[in-house]
Amino acid sequence: MVQGPHPAPPRRPATPAAPAGAPEPREPARLAEPTAARPRPVVTAQVTGAKSIVRSLEEAGAEVVFGIPGGAILPTYDPLMDSTRLRHILVRHEQGGGHAATGYAQATGKVGVTMATSGPGATNLVTPIADANMDSIPLVAITGQVGASLIGTDAFQEADIVGITLPITKHNFLVTDPDDIPRTIAEAFHIASTGRPGPVLVDIAKSAMQTDTTFTWPQQLDLPGYHPVTKPHGKQIREAARLLATARRPVLMVGGGVIRSGASAELRRLVDESGAAVVTTLMARGALPDTHPQHLGMPGMHGTVAAVAALQKADLVVALGARFDDRVTGKLSSFAPNATIVHADIDPAEIGKNRAADVPIVGDLREVITDLLPELAREQVQHGKPDLEAWWQQIDSWRETFPLGYDEPTDGHLAPQHVISRIGELSGPESIFVSGVGQHQMWAAQFIKYQRPNSWLNSGGLGTMGFSVPAAMGAKVGQPDRTVWAIDGDGCFQMTNQELATCTINEIPIKVAVINNSSLGMVRQWQTLFYESRYSNTDLHTGHGTIHVPDFVKLADAYGAVGLRCETTADVDATIKRAMEIDDQPVVVDFTVSRDSMVWPMVAAGVSNDDIQYARGISPAWDRED
Amino acid sequence: MSRHTLSVLVENKPGVLTRVAGLFARRSFNIHSLAVGPTEHDEISRITVVVDVDALPLEQVTKQLNKLINVIKIVELEDAASVQRELLLVKVRAEGPVRTQVLEVVELFRAHVVDVVPDTVTIEATGSPGKLTALLAALEPFGVREIVQSGIVAIGRGPRSITDRALERVTRSA
Repeated sequence: MVQGPHPAPPRRPATPAAPAGAPEPREPARLAEPTAARPRPVVTAQVTGAKSIVRSLEEAGAEVVFGIPGGAILPTYDPLMDSTRLRHILVRHEQGGGHAATGYAQATGKVGVTMATSGPGATNLVTPIADANMDSIPLVAITGQVGASLIGTDAFQEADIVGITLPITKHNFLVTDPDDIPRTIAEAFHIASTGRPGPVLVDIAKSAMQTDTTFTWPQQLDLPGYHPVTKPHGKQIREAARLLATARRPVLMVGGGVIRSGASAELRRLVDESGAAVVTTLMARGALPDTHPQHLGMPGMHGTVAAVAALQKADLVVALGARFDDRVTGKLSSFAPNATIVHADIDPAEIGKNRAADVPIVGDLREVITDLLPELAREQVQHGKPDLEAWWQQIDSWRETFPLGYDEPTDGHLAPQHVISRIGELSGPESIFVSGVGQHQMWAAQFIKYQRPNSWLNSGGLGTMGFSVPAAMGAKVGQPDRTVWAIDGDGCFQMTNQELATCTINEIPIKVAVINNSSLGMVRQWQTLFYESRYSNTDLHTGHGTIHVPDFVKLADAYGAVGLRCETTADVDATIKRAMEIDDQPVVVDFTVSRDSMVWPMVAAGVSNDDIQYARGISPAWDRED
Repeated sequence: MSRHTLSVLVENKPGVLTRVAGLFARRSFNIHSLAVGPTEHDEISRITVVVDVDALPLEQVTKQLNKLINVIKIVELEDAASVQRELLLVKVRAEGPVRTQVLEVVELFRAHVVDVVPDTVTIEATGSPGKLTALLAALEPFGVREIVQSGIVAIGRGPRSITDRALERVTRSA
């Protein structure tokens, strides 16, 4: 593993950290591998650059690599074949490999690794890399590059992938000197997994793979400009505690940072001891059990009325690893207009980016909340437990009046919300649910009761259709004992379902629920609401009563998976149970649902959260509650 | 909108300028001028970037810059507490009797003539942006044929070096 205190002092020049046999210094605290703390002897070997890549990945703690070989990465695939520590899973498209690696990372908390060749192999990784960047997922992408002497000549399969991924990576590297390989890979894993996690791309010239070099591990990192702050400032913590102890209408707005920092247990204590209302954003579903009485659900465009209203009426919003995304705030200028903002995040640039923070706190969320708890207790001794009775009465009236719900479709097809609810209930909270993007994603965020972190995976920031199947595959590889459901749409499923082949061949038995409304459902919903029901190019012809192209049951069969179809409410439970009984093959269930079902509540894009609609044309009358 | 001068210490590695410039473009920050050069330490380059932004977006600029792995340190140099200079090379028509008048202007602004041909002189001047604007205005009537100008470089007044602390980090591991 990489070594050195954090922030890591730089290394100059590249030399082994210590003489052979000397114990390795302490590990950075946030690297996930459980075995990392054990001192290991320094390893030195004369190898090719290609072998050095494989050895570096092994030592950096990688266990699984999702990838596809090709010309420029070919030298690396030869020693990879002999590695007993790396399991390489051959995917069918590099995008699938990238999402599988991020699904693996999200389900395990480890760094996901994907590998591709130069040119089109590398450019196919652009989407999963951008996705990982938006959702702060630790990912290392290794790409082959044309030989060093050919770089810049428009050589066959040459693409400037470092240039292309510059704006969508946390950092990236071009390696042309094989001696730089171990240090660069060590740095890549360190950067990807520390601070605000994110994707790091390492582009390695084929010539470097083919040249002899010395492999040495551990490596000293040379990152003089990288010093993520994890320890929060005491004064800000005290101020946050004072506000939390004295607010009358407090809301904890929990974001994905709580999941990434593994702070769910600490959060639970903060929730219990503060008595505040809690909302969990799309990226934070599961950070606090949905059954917790103070949990109001998801805020934002398709959040619950109670969650949205509580933020709008709050006098204090404590944002914990949330970034005030436009899908959460609605029209920014009218978001939480009366609230004092405490904003805690490990990324200083998030604080004040969208909404000015009254109390900025930079730090790892687990440390932030850990420090906050005793200060809050101290403040509560001084001020007494806050009287939140009136606040909870108001919240409870919203919850009672506007619970999450849906109308049964009138066309005789399944209610998608019912299907998704039943999958959640029958499969249970120990399962992992991975969605694509669109209506089914929102319903899965709303109607499945999450009880633990990392049980809900989706593409939140980038909104990547096609995320579900490959990410579910990666999650299942990382958590083979858990049931993994891909909750997908018929549009999304057609973007990445080639990875069913990977799943079948590599015995990765995921379950795919295609919520098949025969259309690009969310786009169709917007056409219904904002484009006078003119359905321009949203009909996919996959559903009930259509020509069924493709027929998802036959498609599943062609891929060696079990294909099931469910068309009636009476069959929903039996079909889900049947799917859950099959554990040696992937299963695809085609649920033919109504295309007219819509996601509610909804705050239309760009309008104030005050204008949330509970259902079409029905808005809560706020004045009555004031 | 106000003008701010940032000194950005970066690792002297390929592609770092692209990362910095790309970040400005991506986040819709307006670069007024940019100058890059070596420092007293081989491993550190210094970028002087002048941006037109309000105070709050400026905070975003520095925070986003700080997220770049190769950026070591950022310091805003206030006008009053720093020396800021640009370099200007300008080709001016200077035929016959006019030449004396051009040379008078050169003298007045403490500039230099660095090239002379029968009908033209090339003038080198350094100074604050204000001084160079004034010089150009004075030369304008004679016929300016070509201008090339550097970005601003700036250094804080007083004994302290902004590379001190950044340097400490670099040498600690040497």
